[in-house]
Amino acid sequence: MEPLTSKKKVLEKIPLTFAERMYLPAIVKGLSITISHLFKKEATIRYPEVQREFSTNFRGMHSLKRDEEGKERCTACGLCALSCPAEAITMIASERKPEEKDLYREEKYASVYEINMLRCIFCGLCEEACPKEAIYLDGPIVPSDYLRKDFIYGKDKLVEQPLNKK
Amino acid sequence: MDIAFVIEKFVLVAIIFGISLVIAMYSTYAERKVAAFLQDRLGPDRAGPFGILQPLADGVKMFMKEEIIPTNASKWLFMVGPGLAMLTACIGTAVIPWGTPMTIGDRVIPLQVTDINVGILYIFGVVSLGVYGVMIGGWASNNKYSLLSAIRAASQNISYEIAMGLSIIALLLVTNSMSIGEIVANQHGWRWNVIYQPVGFLLFMVCAFAETNRAPFDLPECETELIGGYHTEYSSMKLGFYLFAEYINMFVSAAVMASLYFGGYNYPGMDWVLAHTGQVIGPLIGTGVFFLKIFAFIFFFMWVRWTIPRFRYDQLMHLGWKILIPLAIANIIVTSIVIAVIEKF
Repeated sequence: MEPLTSKKKVLEKIPLTFAERMYLPAIVKGLSITISHLFKKEATIRYPEVQREFSTNFRGMHSLKRDEEGKERCTACGLCALSCPAEAITMIASERKPEEKDLYREEKYASVYEINMLRCIFCGLCEEACPKEAIYLDGPIVPSDYLRKDFIYGKDKLVEQPLNKK
Repeated sequence: MDIAFVIEKFVLVAIIFGISLVIAMYSTYAERKVAAFLQDRLGPDRAGPFGILQPLADGVKMFMKEEIIPTNASKWLFMVGPGLAMLTACIGTAVIPWGTPMTIGDRVIPLQVTDINVGILYIFGVVSLGVYGVMIGGWASNNKYSLLSAIRAASQNISYEIAMGLSIIALLLVTNSMSIGEIVANQHGWRWNVIYQPVGFLLFMVCAFAETNRAPFDLPECETELIGGYHTEYSSMKLGFYLFAEYINMFVSAAVMASLYFGGYNYPGMDWVLAHTGQVIGPLIGTGVFFLKIFAFIFFFMWVRWTIPRFRYDQLMHLGWKILIPLAIANIIVTSIVIAVIEKF
């Protein structure tokens, strides 16, 4: 049958020489290659004592930001919950009382804001959807835990930045 | 038979048994570490500093796992298999000379459990019995894959036993004695048998790789072809016994190779050391050198494992029957001719 292309490679079946049939020279060569790896630096990274750097666009844990005066930016508009493809965000909005004027920027704020870290896929759509620049995915990797309920991060537990001035 | 003799043998047996178990245990650790370093990574290093307590963790794991016996398996044979493997592995250490005789007070204590005058034959007998452990394990599992693997293992073992025996015959022509204690004693200083029998040593080493189901000959237990091989159906302590028996076998093979071909406890300059360090420390130094040789061989076993790809079954049989046996016979012929010529002159 005619070959379809002109790129056919002719394989020559040369019988093995005596040295090749003995296998021993090839084995010795292989052994020398292997032992050279004993003296090379290993590629392992000793996590968690040593951690690799993330890229600038890496999406880690969420954090709700504050503005320059220390007031929470989030106004519980619900756009992040709407845009979340995994339906991981839930919130309850409340009205700001007059004495809480330093805590929240606008009159509506999120009294309960929960993200279920097991549902979250870290896509960043909530970060893109937020009109108040309140939520960012700039934290570290979410640490592991034992119970399912411990993965629902509430507002004061882990989602918020430190409550003292940013 | 006085009580001191019994106590001395008992203590020696206990020490050797304990040492072989500890060495087998840390062989598992060394295997993982050596494998890791040869592959540009670190091995286990979380359990204790540098992962030294890893074998203990593995031992505890083996104890705690669930013991499963398949329904239609022959129950008694299922339990006998690993026991037999472990037994034949451990009794191989009885005839190996661990050092020159030690003198404590006015007693001369030979550092060998028993120096029977057919020591090499005893080792061969024990190695042949080791095949039973594998076969019984494969048969009693009531699993086609285990049976296939056990049959392969048995045929591999008996094929390479022949070449091993023939290479030993050439060695016997050189050393004139079958007792391992005498063979080692004849290799005083630097006159190790590997100088007189290089081809024999090569043959013996290849056959030792095949007998311990190790390195390129590990078809019976490779995971890609037969899942677990003959120990697929085993769990917990019985599996632990099989795996452990393999490492003890490796230790005994290394010890036998070091004794027969590399001089055992002999090293160049030993006369000076023995004269200057007294009768208790001197033999222990010889024992230390012996263990260094054993560790070098065990490292070599592991080194080869991560270098050479596995033999296919027909390649294995071809090597054992059509290449090694003629080579061993040629070795015997050449050795006898050379000895006859040397004796003439």
